Parts: sequence; structure tokens; C-alpha cells
Amino acid sequence: MGLFEYAPAPESRAVVDLRPSYGLFVDGEFVDPAGGGSFKSVNPASEEVLAEIAEAGAEDVDRAVRAARTAYERVWGPMPGRDRAKYLFRLARIIQERSRELAVLESIDNGKPIRESRDVDLPLVAAHFFYYAGWADKLRYGAFGGTPTGRLSGGPGAGEPRPLGVAAQVIPWNFPLLMLAWKIAPALAAGNTVVLKPAETTPLTALLFAEICQQAELPPGVVNIVTGAGETGRLLVEHPGVDKVAFTGSTEVGRSIARSVAGSRKRLTLELGGKAANIVFDDAPIDQAVEGIVNGIFFNQGHVCCAGSRLLVQESVYEPVLASLKRRMARLRVGDPLDKNTDIGAINSAAQLDRIRELSAIGTQEGAERWSPPCDLPDRGFWFAPTIFTGVTQAHRIAREEIFGPVLSVLTFRTPAEAVEKANNTPYGLSAGIWTDKGSRILWMADRLRAGVVWANTFNKFDPTSPFGGYKESGYGREGGRHGLEAYLDV
Amino acid sequence: MTATTTSAASDLAELARSDATLRTFLHGLPGVDQVGVEQRAATLGTRSIKTTAKAWAIDLAIRMVDLTTLEGADTPGKVRALSAKAQRPDPADPSCPAVAAVCVYPSMVPVAAEALRGSGVHLASVATAFPSGQAPLAVKIADTEAAVAAGADEIDMVISRGAFLSGRYREVYDEIVAVKRACGPAHLKVILETGELATYDNVRRASWLAMLAGADFIKTSTGKVPVAATLPVTLVMLEAVRDFRDATGRQVGVKPAGGIRTTKDAMKYLVTVNETAGEDWLHPDWFRFGASSLLNDLLMQRTKLTTGAYSGPDYFTLD
Amino acid sequence: MSERVAVRKTYKLFIGGKFPRSESGRSYPVQNSNVALASRKDVRDAVLAARAAVKGWSGATPYNRGQVLYRVAEMLEGRREQFVALGVGAAEVDEAIDRWVWYAGWADKLAQVYGGANPVAGPYFNVSTPEPTGVVGVVAPAEPALLGLVSVVAPAIVTGNTTVVLVAEDAPLPAITLAEVLATSDLPGGVVNLLTGGYAETAPWLAGHLDVNALDLTGVGDPELAGSLEATAATNLKRVLRPPADAPDWYADPGIGRMTAFLETKTVWHPKGS
Repeated sequence: MGLFEYAPAPESRAVVDLRPSYGLFVDGEFVDPAGGGSFKSVNPASEEVLAEIAEAGAEDVDRAVRAARTAYERVWGPMPGRDRAKYLFRLARIIQERSRELAVLESIDNGKPIRESRDVDLPLVAAHFFYYAGWADKLRYGAFGGTPTGRLSGGPGAGEPRPLGVAAQVIPWNFPLLMLAWKIAPALAAGNTVVLKPAETTPLTALLFAEICQQAELPPGVVNIVTGAGETGRLLVEHPGVDKVAFTGSTEVGRSIARSVAGSRKRLTLELGGKAANIVFDDAPIDQAVEGIVNGIFFNQGHVCCAGSRLLVQESVYEPVLASLKRRMARLRVGDPLDKNTDIGAINSAAQLDRIRELSAIGTQEGAERWSPPCDLPDRGFWFAPTIFTGVTQAHRIAREEIFGPVLSVLTFRTPAEAVEKANNTPYGLSAGIWTDKGSRILWMADRLRAGVVWANTFNKFDPTSPFGGYKESGYGREGGRHGLEAYLDV
Repeated sequence: MTATTTSAASDLAELARSDATLRTFLHGLPGVDQVGVEQRAATLGTRSIKTTAKAWAIDLAIRMVDLTTLEGADTPGKVRALSAKAQRPDPADPSCPAVAAVCVYPSMVPVAAEALRGSGVHLASVATAFPSGQAPLAVKIADTEAAVAAGADEIDMVISRGAFLSGRYREVYDEIVAVKRACGPAHLKVILETGELATYDNVRRASWLAMLAGADFIKTSTGKVPVAATLPVTLVMLEAVRDFRDATGRQVGVKPAGGIRTTKDAMKYLVTVNETAGEDWLHPDWFRFGASSLLNDLLMQRTKLTTGAYSGPDYFTLD
Repeated sequence: MSERVAVRKTYKLFIGGKFPRSESGRSYPVQNSNVALASRKDVRDAVLAARAAVKGWSGATPYNRGQVLYRVAEMLEGRREQFVALGVGAAEVDEAIDRWVWYAGWADKLAQVYGGANPVAGPYFNVSTPEPTGVVGVVAPAEPALLGLVSVVAPAIVTGNTTVVLVAEDAPLPAITLAEVLATSDLPGGVVNLLTGGYAETAPWLAGHLDVNALDLTGVGDPELAGSLEATAATNLKRVLRPPADAPDWYADPGIGRMTAFLETKTVWHPKGS
């Protein structure tokens, strides 16, 4: 026990009103699945069952796609952009108004600390809807280059870029509502309708979003939410009635989706895995760099595709940086996601915990040295202490494979060129971090790092105006900004 | 002191040979990224301190207050009243701890010394041509010696910001050394006036310069310039004392002063102490709040915790 | 007086700035010439050459790349008659020349059109810049032989990519003649590599090559083959440009889509503080 022990400061759960079971959201209504299958969503911090969730089968997916098609052709496609904009603004406002409820629900369903769902996820969700709302009636300025004339009667006029049609969107469990916003906001702004499948372990905020669509009186069929596991996702992306597939998740699944849409006319954007290098030079602002390292790998329990999971430290500052990092890690508070002082919450699922444990065990077997601060983990639920491995080389599996957990591999380098070479030596290319006070070196490094997002003297920053997405096997297409709009337009 | 820290200390003395050696050292300290440090402070500010933790922290904060009056209009009567309040901040509740110190101008030290005698409350005096520091060194020394002679056991000096900003580090260093000598047994708090230093890099350098020269405490502000203590500035200073102890073995205290008015603010500072320098600094010997109105807010919150009802200013003494 | 005996040209591959025969030693007859019939090992060699050229070409200044592309137009202009003699229409040659000029001008403008500063809600400098994706495999269209080839190669390389181009089987002569133009235009060796022969044999190797970053299937006429190449390309998540749904008008304004198809957007953040 330390001198200054923070007493429990739990956020109230009372703001969330969970139903015992949830149907599929199709054509503006919650409906029972044709097959009647269901699965349970569990609070990963307690293993408590939160609700019974409908499992969508082929018939349900087909129904949702047809509802989206009808809404696209009859309502949303022909609707003037300024009216689509107003619906999106309305959604953004309701999200702001109900942000506490959404944040608590996100933390319960996902396991992430309330501090993050409250201060990071929800503000960004609302910001995404606000940002893309404003694009809906300005598409001709947002599309790059020349665009063909619109086809739909009453729809986009001459010179207005066309939407693609029905978008099938499959999102992961690490930022359930934020990923929904990244997918739905630009799609709707561009004039598409959507069928979205949330991850099977985190469907609840998407279902609450469905209620928000009802509250906003969004025309039925514009947004459809089908819940289920991988099979539901497969049925959705392979459905012949979809024009666009957008997926965020693992590289392995992304690859199979890319194969399955091959030969079709479906447009595809993929936001996949990563193994980002966070590079610390000896002239870095060390205290902020240490914060950036911590934020880079322990934010959201390390369940972040762009996590800075490989720390590259210049050999001349290896000792002080490691000492500072360990001291800082000892301050991390692991535990109840609803406690306002929690820094690291629960691992999202038993399966993910197994994967983190397995790769960590491999790290030890391969000779890396494992360290975690002393840390009491709760008895129930899925937990993993923040962990670093030192003595890691490029050849170690923990330096190559995405762990997707609070596990950092520490490597060293001597020169800027060596840092670039090591950072790029991976099939991934999503993000990278650079820490140095030397401006010209930042720009030199940024030019050479093969990654879609480069954070210099900061890390894990996101903004709706800022394009996000990967090089190489981290996927293709961008989300956010004008580029994110392009992914939903026929340009 | 161990052999290594002794040699480290002599290494540090070597650094002060000239402006050039000081410059090489101070500018070799890691930089501070403004956005990063402000974000870290903001995150620390979101800590939620409740119930038992809050009760403990409020009492600690009261024990850390340097109850201050530094007005041209100060009179013996005002200083006596303040000294009484320092010893018994909440006359209605004997379990309420006394504050750390009373802080006054040198002319008021005799009055305060008399009022505080035997109470255990320290007596701090600003000296060295407070608040501008714009006086000849001899005057500053005399100012300090007079305050100590009159009974002050803590001296809050100001550095010459002009000399610091124009790179005359040796001059600043020498002044601190001279005032430290003049302090004798009294503890020396060195006010950096961070609002005038403008950058966090300067705050870090000035912190190290003051510690190298022998400061027992480093303090943010006089309270007489528009920007007084801020959480990120205090965070940078806490990093400096933490790193200085790692390097030399000597522990230096930190005193944010000016602008800290609410219990909520005080909680943020204590959280920052706890999570930056660590619990060794969670003691009035190592962390102080230079404040006046903060005390009544702490008392009101303390009452709220014990009675369950919100209190009001009418129920606490003005000073 | 006897008629002069003409010196015939040997039509070889174009790899790494050189004109090698196919390592397989094979050839096939076209218009009374024997044209090299590329093999999977030629694909391998061409990818190696293209990869080796990435650093220099992508690192060249946009101004320099624009100059090189304009130089290609100059060289092509000087050899107009040669293409006409091979049966390429004069209007097509003219359009092909003008297309090089059009793309040359894009080299130092695309980043301004397709990138820029992003007004993020915080104290950060944030800028997005397009960067070349790397090595692009291209199946060139058969028709129009010269203009089609130029229209797929120029947009891929102007941004800094390097290419391995599978030339249409039936019309390789303009392509190899274009290679002679490229070889004399200050274009670094390896930036464009041209392989003649049947793409049905070589394209699967290109699609499956893990050191190729993108695939342009414009010239693949068979939808089933295009689908299978796209599926193979998914192995390392290549960026794929599918064959056009409708026959394109190669004489129309090409737009920027063929350039942006092979670009990555990099976004850099930096705090603003004093």
C-alpha cells in the first residue's frame, strides 16, 4: 500500500439501460433473426453476461442488404446533400447528448477504461459525425480530380460525384463505436447506405447507435446493423448486392476478404494490423517520450492496430529511457474499467488473452527478458499486466507478430539509418513514432518510414480531418479527411 | 552520502565553473515538449480523488500550505490574525491540522515570529528584493540576513530572471550561493518566476541551476506576475527534483505558488507529486502550496466530508 | 544494282535498362520478327530490377521526374516515323507523345492536389502527402498498342513507382521500340521493365510475387483470369486496379485515378509548442 491510495471512484452504471436481448436492426426496426440463433455479450472485466445478441444468418444478411438497397435507391441516394448533412449533424448531436451513456456502455462491453471511452472514444465519435456531416453537400469539392455526372434522378447533379451504393462494413472490437463512426459517417455523407456488422464481443454500442438512428428519425434502411461472428461477416462481404466493402481487423481476415471480392466490382478498403516502431533518439524530450511509449503500447490495453509495439531506443540513452519507462509503468493502474482512475482495463476476451499469453510465453522461450511492474489483477475477468520484453531482436516473433495486447518489445539502434531500416523491416506499415528535438531529422525519418501515419514527438493521435491507414500488409484506403470520403465515392 | 554521490556532487560543482560550463550542462538536459507535458498534466488532472483518499489528501494539503500575505497594505494586525489561523485553521474542529508556514515580507517577520512562537508552524519570509529581484547583491544579502535574524526559518528568494534569460547563468548561480550562505540554518526556497521564463525548457534549466547552487526548495512564482503556478510547470519541476535526487542523492522540495485556489486544484497537484516525484515528496518538508484563499476552500471541503453538507464562506475566518 | 540487304532488329526484353533475351531462350514470331517469350524467371529478374530502382527513382525530386518524362516525349517525337512504320496510326503516336507531356507536368503538382494540411482539433501540425507504393506490376492493354501502353506506364512511374510491364502478346513491337525510347531518355534503368510474351503465363507470377506492391490488370481481357490474378494478389495485399468495366476511351482526359491508384497517403503529426 502506498501513502496516497486513490479510493475507488467508480462511474455509475445506472446511466445504461440494458435490455436482456437484442434483435437485428434492419430497415429501421429491431427484428428477430430468421434462424433464431443468438450469442452472449460478456463484460470482460467480470465475465458477467450483459445481453443476448441475435446472430444474423444468410437470410437476415440478405434482408438487411435489400433494405439498404431500397433505401439507397428511393430515399438516401436521391436526397439532396444538405438534407443528408442535417441527419448526420443530428446523429452527432445525439451522440454528444448521450455520450456518458455510450461511454459507460463501451467500457462495460469492451473492458476499456472509462477515462478513455469518456475522453477519447466518445469525443472522436461525435467529431467524426460532425466532420463528415459537413461534407454531404460539398462532395464536388471533396472528390479528387474530375468526376462523372450523376445518374440518380433527383440525386447528385452535374459534376457531383456519385456514391457507390450499398456498403458492407465489418468492424473490430477494440474501438467499437469509434470504428462504427469511421465507417458510417463518411459512407452516409457520400450518399451510400450501409449494413454494418460489429464485432461479436462488442455489439452493444452499435445497437445503442441503432436506437440513436431511430431517435434521429433517420430514414429506415439507411443504416442496418447485423450482429454475429465471422460467418455473418463473411455472408455480408460476399453478398452480391453490396457495392463496397470496408473492413477493419486482422491482416489474416483482410486477406481472405480481398480474395473473396476478387473478380467482382465491389470496391474494397482495408485497415489491418500493424507492428509500429516507436523510435527514441538520444536528444528526445525524454519525459514526453516515455509518456509516448506508454501511451503508444498501453493505451486501450494495447488493443490498437497502430500501437507502438516495437520500441527502438538509441543505444546511448537505453539505460535512462528503460529506467524511466519502468518507473512510469509502476504507476499504471490496472483494474475496474469503470473506475475513473483506471489506466489499463480488461483484455477484451478470453481468446485474446490466450493469444497475448501465448506470444508472451514465446518471447520468454526465445530468450527475451520479461518484466512487469508489481500489479494485483482481479480474480474474475480477463487481465494482463503491462509487460515489456528487453533483449529483443528483429528475429524474435514478438518483434514481428502483432500481439494486440499490453506487451512492448524493446530493441536498440545506433544510427538514424539503422532505425529506419529496422522500423521498415516488417510486412506491416501502419504507423511509426519518432522522438527527437532535431527538426530536420524528423523530416528525414518521416520521408523514409514506410507507414501511413507518422507521429513525431507524439503518438496515438487521431482526428476526423486526418487520413489514417496503412502501407503494405496493413491494408489500403484511408479513413478520415477528404481521403476517407473518396473511399465511398465513385471516383 | 555514499562515495558515488559525493563524487557526483563534486562533478556538479565543477559544472558551475563558468557561464559556458553551466550552459553546456543546462542545455544538455533533455528538452521538454510543451504539448506533451501539458497533455500529461491534463491527464493527471482527471484523477478522481474520493472519500478516504480525499480526506487524507485534504489534511495533507492543509499541512502543506504556506499561508501567505504579501501586500503593501499588510499590518501587524493582519499578520497576527493570519498567524492565528495558521495554527488553528478551523477553530471549530481541533482535529484540523496546522498549516506548514506563514509567509510574509521581512518587515512583518518580528510580528509573525512572536505570534507563532512554539507553535511548530514555520515562518517564511520573502527576501532579495522580492518580487522583481532587481537590487544589488549586497542589498539582497542584507534583506535575507535581516529576515533570518528576526526569526524567519525559511527564506523565499527570487532569481534574477533577466540574468537567466540573457544566459548569465553564473551570475544567477552565485547569487543563490550567496543568499544560501546568508540564510545560515534557514531553509532556502528559490523562486524561479516561471511565468517570466516563458518556456518549459527554461523552467527545467532554472530548476537545475537553483538546485546546483544549493536550493532546498524550488518555487514557481512570486504571485506578482500574471502567470503564476500551473500544473505542467510544477510537473516539470517535480521531474527536475526527481532526476536531481537520482543524480546527486540530495532531495529538494517543490513549492507551487499563486493561482491555486480550490481543493480540486490542490488534489491535482498532489496527484502530480505522487505520480511524478513519488510519495517521498508527499510531506510538508518536501512540497508546499504558496497560497492564501486555498486554505478556506480546503476547510470547506473538509467540513463537507465530515458533515456531509456543503459549507459556505461565512463559516470560516477570513484570515 | 542489287537491292541492299536490310539489317533486322532483334526484339528482346527490357530489364534494368538493358535488353536481354529471355532467360528461357524462347521466342515467338510477330510481324516477321522473333520476339522474346518471357518466362517466370524473367519476371523474377524484372522485379529485382524494379525493386532496385525504387530508392533512386522515388527519391528523385518531382521536378527531376517531370523532366525525365518530358524527355521521353521529346525522344518519342523524334521517332514518330518508326512507330508509324510498325503500323501505329500517326494520331495515336501524337496522342502518346502528348500523354507523356501531360503526365510530366503532374510530377510536381499531384502532392498539392492529392495531399495537404489537415486542420486537426489540437496543437498539431498535420500534413498528408502521397508517396509511391513501390513496385507496380502492369498488364498493358493490347489496343491501342502504343497509346494504351503509355497510358498505363506513365501514371505509374511519374509519382515515383517502378514497373514491371507485361506487354500485350500480339503487339510487342511498339512496346520494345518504346523501350528504346525510354533507354535513351535519362530514365534510370529498372524504372520501366517490359516483358513480351503471353501474360497468361507470366501474370500469375507477378500477381503472386511478394515483393510487388501493386497490380494493374487493365490489359487482362478474360474476367476469370483477372479475378484469379486479383485473388492471388491478395496474398500480400497488393493494391489492385481492375480491368475497366467498359472499354475505355484512351483519347479522353485520363484524370488522376491511374496515378492515385498506386499511391500511399502518409500523414505526419507534430506538436506545436514553444
